[in-house]
Amino acid sequence: MPIVHIPPLMRDLTEGRAQVEVPGRTVRAAIEALEKVYPGIRGRLCSGNRLAPTVAVAVDGRLSRLGLYQPVNDNSQVRFLPAIEGG
Amino acid sequence: MKEKLNSTCSQDYAIVGSRATRVDAVEKVTGRARFGADASVPGALVGRVLRSPHAHARILSIDTSRAEALPGVHAVVTSVDLPEVPPDAVELEKPARDRVLASDKILFVGHPVAAVAARTPAIADQAISLIDVAYEELPPVLDVLESMEPGAPILHESLRTQSLGGSGDVPTNVASHFREVKGDPDAGFAAADVVIEREFRSAMVHQGYIEPHAATAVWADDNALTIYTTTQGSFAVRDHLVELLKLPMSKVRVIPMEVGGAFGGKNSSFIDTVTALLARKARRPVRVVMSRQETFLGTGPSSGTVIRVKMGATKDGKLTGAQATLFYEAGAYPGSPVGSGAHVMFGPYDIPNGSIEGYDVLVNRPKVDSYRAPGGTPACFAVESVINELADTLGIDPLDFRMRNSVRNGTEAIDGTVHHDIGAIECLEAARAHPHYTAPLEGPHRGRGVAHAFWGNWGARSSVTITVNPDGTVALVTASIDITGTRTTTAMQAAEILGIPLDRVKVTVGDTDAIGYADVSAGSRTTVATGHAAIRAAHDVIHKMRERAAQVWGIDVDSVSYADASFRAAGDPDKVLSFEALAALLPDTGNTVIGVANVDIQDWGVSFGTHIADVEVDPETGKVTLLRYTVVQDVGKAINPVQVEGQLQGGATQGIGWALFEGYDYNDQGQMRNANLLDYKLPTALDLPPIDTVLVEVPYPGHPFGARGVGEVPIMPPPAAIAEAIYHAVGARVTTLPMTPAHILEALGVL
Repeated sequence: MPIVHIPPLMRDLTEGRAQVEVPGRTVRAAIEALEKVYPGIRGRLCSGNRLAPTVAVAVDGRLSRLGLYQPVNDNSQVRFLPAIEGG
Repeated sequence: MKEKLNSTCSQDYAIVGSRATRVDAVEKVTGRARFGADASVPGALVGRVLRSPHAHARILSIDTSRAEALPGVHAVVTSVDLPEVPPDAVELEKPARDRVLASDKILFVGHPVAAVAARTPAIADQAISLIDVAYEELPPVLDVLESMEPGAPILHESLRTQSLGGSGDVPTNVASHFREVKGDPDAGFAAADVVIEREFRSAMVHQGYIEPHAATAVWADDNALTIYTTTQGSFAVRDHLVELLKLPMSKVRVIPMEVGGAFGGKNSSFIDTVTALLARKARRPVRVVMSRQETFLGTGPSSGTVIRVKMGATKDGKLTGAQATLFYEAGAYPGSPVGSGAHVMFGPYDIPNGSIEGYDVLVNRPKVDSYRAPGGTPACFAVESVINELADTLGIDPLDFRMRNSVRNGTEAIDGTVHHDIGAIECLEAARAHPHYTAPLEGPHRGRGVAHAFWGNWGARSSVTITVNPDGTVALVTASIDITGTRTTTAMQAAEILGIPLDRVKVTVGDTDAIGYADVSAGSRTTVATGHAAIRAAHDVIHKMRERAAQVWGIDVDSVSYADASFRAAGDPDKVLSFEALAALLPDTGNTVIGVANVDIQDWGVSFGTHIADVEVDPETGKVTLLRYTVVQDVGKAINPVQVEGQLQGGATQGIGWALFEGYDYNDQGQMRNANLLDYKLPTALDLPPIDTVLVEVPYPGHPFGARGVGEVPIMPPPAAIAEAIYHAVGARVTTLPMTPAHILEALGVL
């Protein structure tokens, strides 16, 4: 199952756990699975049907523009980061 | 599309890699290029914007009657002229609407309040002066740390801090807060032999593009809007207009003009909506061109910052821990590049333990926008200054220190991203081998410094079509605005695939009705992503022309090959058609051939840059003279080396300006004292030595030619390289940007 790395500021919701293994084929599915175990996480990561504007997601070490739609596989490492931009 | 895309990174090419003349060069140097203010629309009125003289105020009333009564005035607009929105959307849409025209509150000097359209500039200026606005002045907050303190004036009563630690529950100026941790920072510092901790400040700066924003709006009788504008993204402008004016996309056509500099500052739309509102109300075309003062006050400069950095290393020069706290000005609305700054600041280094914390903070200044490596330059200044001080303290060569700690393929960064196919070490080695690094530097008060930087670049969405003309020339249309010469690099990549000379490719930037979608030309993405699109479109052309040749010869398409600009039938040497010859047959064999590609590039290469600076400092006046400057950068495969060199020199020049000259100077009422190019000093050719460039070509295999973005990383190293050179010249460490003579004399203890 994908492993979601919990950002430090959110570990109060996960009883201090830094990594959580959850089922899911997309980032969205992984967040929904997290929400079932640790309610409140989705509200911090998402804004409506998208990632919150200040949040980006990296899957297997690469930043993804697909956001919630980014596919993940059984070995994926999922991390949530501050969003970045270009000029 | 049937052709296989080969990653042919290390090969020599016929066109890619050549020093080609830019396709837009002649028009620009002869003055024939048409920029935003050159849009020629018969009957266009002159538009002007009334802007607030106060940094923080409530609007009590706006009376436009005297302006409306002035002969020659055709329209006056305020926020009430924006389309109504449903009650449940009012709060959500208020920030975007208030940035166009303030409804109830002023948040910065220069905040638009009203606008007029008149027959002549003089009448428009007079009309502006006749608009009566009653303000209730409020105390402004201008400093990023003061804005976070309890009791600071609050810009938005409804704002709560967004944080992965939860949402705040009191009114605040802190829009967001994040923290990333890797390993155990405290243990890391405990293991260090030397720990350096410093605080750095940088002033708000402007992108300094020569061409101010300009827009001309025309409405048709069927409520269709056409807008000519200067922008980095015509589709971004279209999306902005559609959202604010509540129009279907098919009713908005954005025609991009040539851009006279942008650097991130034209990602956002500042006057397009108000121009459209004026034109609709006046029932005449309207042109609005910003003045230089308006450009400083009413667009999106880059954040002023406070950054605290603490780093520890062993006596052998191995980094054991790093910590940073970043406070970035967002301006009047949320959205500073603090996340980007955090992402790149420790990017060049493999540090086992670290943490980064960032705050996005509102102040009564213009909302900030992107500026070439947004957020990166002040963060790089802070980290590289501490790295240099660590190397000095330990007596280790500064480039050796960096190499001992450099990221390599497979290194995991503090934020969890993993590096691959990078040129960090190659860059550092090339800098160390450069003659500048070991050249004698004789004379009093002279010093040398280095700095190194990382930028992530970007991919995203681009569209290209290639139409084959009957004479064998091709018309390439791209959706990507050309702010850096990307029409040329796009054409070069298409010509290489097609096997035809570059001058047989005519490139046009299409408007939003003419071509598929493109994201803004920003993030060092265009040569890479639009290049991908051009390559795929060219392959699509070849595939379709192979089908046509097969049709002409009456054979299977799999028997037709294409090489050396000719189509050949397998096993029949008499059946050969050049690209030109087959093009001539297209009109009579089923019409022309158009290759199409719409891409969303998810895989792109990152960049590293190393700079070397020599300075001389006058210890009596604090004046810094730049003696010699070298830029080394891994640029992937340089599609056009001339243009890449230009990007390195241009980026370094802007970084030098950021280091030594530039900064918004406010009085305590939030009024900018230097909103002109005499007092806000941009570097000129008189301030700079020739800038040497070294292109380290580490190809990125995710691009067919190995290209990677180049435009942003070169702005980041100059402040730290120059600060270190100043230290070696006169023994003072300057931690405030710009490093003006006054700041240098303060650091020397003279002032």
